[in-house]
Amino acid sequence: MTHESAPPRGLSRPGKWARGAAGVAILFLASEILGRAGVVDRSYLPPASSITARAFELAGDPDFLFNVRVTLTAWALGLLIATAIAVPLGLLFGSVPAVNTAVRAIVEFLRPIPSVALIPLAALLLGSGLKMEVPLVVYASSWPILFNTVYGLDDVDPTAKDTLRSFGFSRFQVLLRVSLPSAAPFIATGVRLAASIALILAVGTEILSGFGDGLGMFIAQAGNVPGGTLDVLAGTVWAGCLGLLIDMLLGQGENRVFRWHKAQRSGAS
Amino acid sequence: MLQITGLTHSYADGHLALDGLDLTVPDGELVSIVGPSGCGKSTLLRCTAGLIRPTGGRLTLNGAPIGGVPDDLAVVFQDYSRSLFPWLTVRDNVALPLRRRGKSRAERRAAAQEALESVGLPDAGRKYPWQLSGGMQQRVSIARALAYRPSLMLMDEPFGSVDAQTREDLEDLVLQVHRNEKMTILLVTHDIDESVYVGDRVVVLNRSPARVHADLPVSLPAVRDQIGTRSDPEFVRLRAEVGRLVRGGAKVAGAAPADADRGT
Ligand SMILES: Nc1ncnc2c1ncn2[C@@H]1O[C@H](COP(=O)(O)OP(=O)(O)OP(=O)(O)O)[C@@H](O)[C@H]1O
Ligand SMILES: [Mg+2]
Repeated sequence: MTHESAPPRGLSRPGKWARGAAGVAILFLASEILGRAGVVDRSYLPPASSITARAFELAGDPDFLFNVRVTLTAWALGLLIATAIAVPLGLLFGSVPAVNTAVRAIVEFLRPIPSVALIPLAALLLGSGLKMEVPLVVYASSWPILFNTVYGLDDVDPTAKDTLRSFGFSRFQVLLRVSLPSAAPFIATGVRLAASIALILAVGTEILSGFGDGLGMFIAQAGNVPGGTLDVLAGTVWAGCLGLLIDMLLGQGENRVFRWHKAQRSGAS
Repeated sequence: MLQITGLTHSYADGHLALDGLDLTVPDGELVSIVGPSGCGKSTLLRCTAGLIRPTGGRLTLNGAPIGGVPDDLAVVFQDYSRSLFPWLTVRDNVALPLRRRGKSRAERRAAAQEALESVGLPDAGRKYPWQLSGGMQQRVSIARALAYRPSLMLMDEPFGSVDAQTREDLEDLVLQVHRNEKMTILLVTHDIDESVYVGDRVVVLNRSPARVHADLPVSLPAVRDQIGTRSDPEFVRLRAEVGRLVRGGAKVAGAAPADADRGT
């Protein structure tokens, strides 16, 4: 039985970074050339350098930062509540087969509804601001957490459960001490997926809701002003960067906390 | 006393693994169980541990039927690597069951360290199971069962992955714990010499579905040692007899049949 670390799958880390950077550079250049050469009207697609400059400028604009903070608050609050709801529910569904079959029908009905389609309904019922933004974020980001929790529980090794059971631990204890930690890497992946969805929903809700604050609001309002394309694009770049940053941080956290998961999978067993 | 009568189990797919197995084990006895691969030894242990509900027959421990997992039980699983928790360090793996003993954190850690030392892994406590070799993982799972100090211990091929020298050390460790703690032990093994060396009794199972084919008392002195015991004429006689029975030989009381493998 060998316990070497896994052979690198696909690209090594520096390789990935290099290719990612190259991709961004090419896109940047293309947009720069298109913009400067006047192939596309400047008010439709400003050159990338102007967008970047504007994005940097916005980082020092207290008004813009306030909007970002509003969006991140809705995002964090929504994700936190979603996790607090979806993980226990997933544990319940995943460990009690009767409950699982009972709720499956409801779940299968609700899941295909695109969360964005609920924005007008939520605005109608809940008004505006965090009051309506957070519930939407919670709703949309609960699904991946819920499914990954149930899936993670399916994947728990029966021998591991039997082991703790044979030492006289109750079923509930086995759930907490074996099933939950064993499924934790899957749950974390679900939370990471949910984090992206939550950001999309937070920004999207702000854009569509018409009034209030937030990064989405900033983008929507800039779009209504003549010559606001630059602000729209700079705001969008920020939304993208936030998404990337969040995903990276969570991904790194996963790798660190669940080192055992990777190491075990790559082992011979 | 563990009493098994008419134990029958067929799995969900209809496979009959045990067919009317009878076995009585007095308290404090170490019973070696041998039998062909796939005959139902692990199934027998799982039923005894209350992990699967047999489809027929009766199991009682000290007179009470085994419904769920009996109190004071420890199992060393055949799949030792899958029975260790990869998110816990080796020491925490060994210490975890001791929560059931109402011990403090410090006591649990001390007991875990002591058990790890007894299986020859004094420095493995801070590592994770997946950082150890197969044989070392197997010893961790033995240490975990020993640290628990159960009154009934079920061991499913517990020494299969360790080298010959370590294996002898572990056999002696189990014998010593068995004597000192008066543990009842069922030990499944493929090694015929081992079954005689550690056992107060050797139970030979039939080819699948399992039933008790033969049940031989081991009349060797309780205190055994690797060199002396293995050259004892009684040991030599028993291992030949068990070997013959495992190969499907008929039960013959006393008289030596004219089998080739008895020619020692
Ligand atoms: N979960 C299961 N479902 C169906 N059949 C099973 C299951 N587990 C075991 N069996 C079958 O039951 C029989 C006995 O299995 P068991 O694991 O008890 O054998 P064993 O004596 O422990 O074998 P080995 O010496 O190889 O460990 C085998 O034929 C096996 O294929
Ligand atoms: Mg087996």
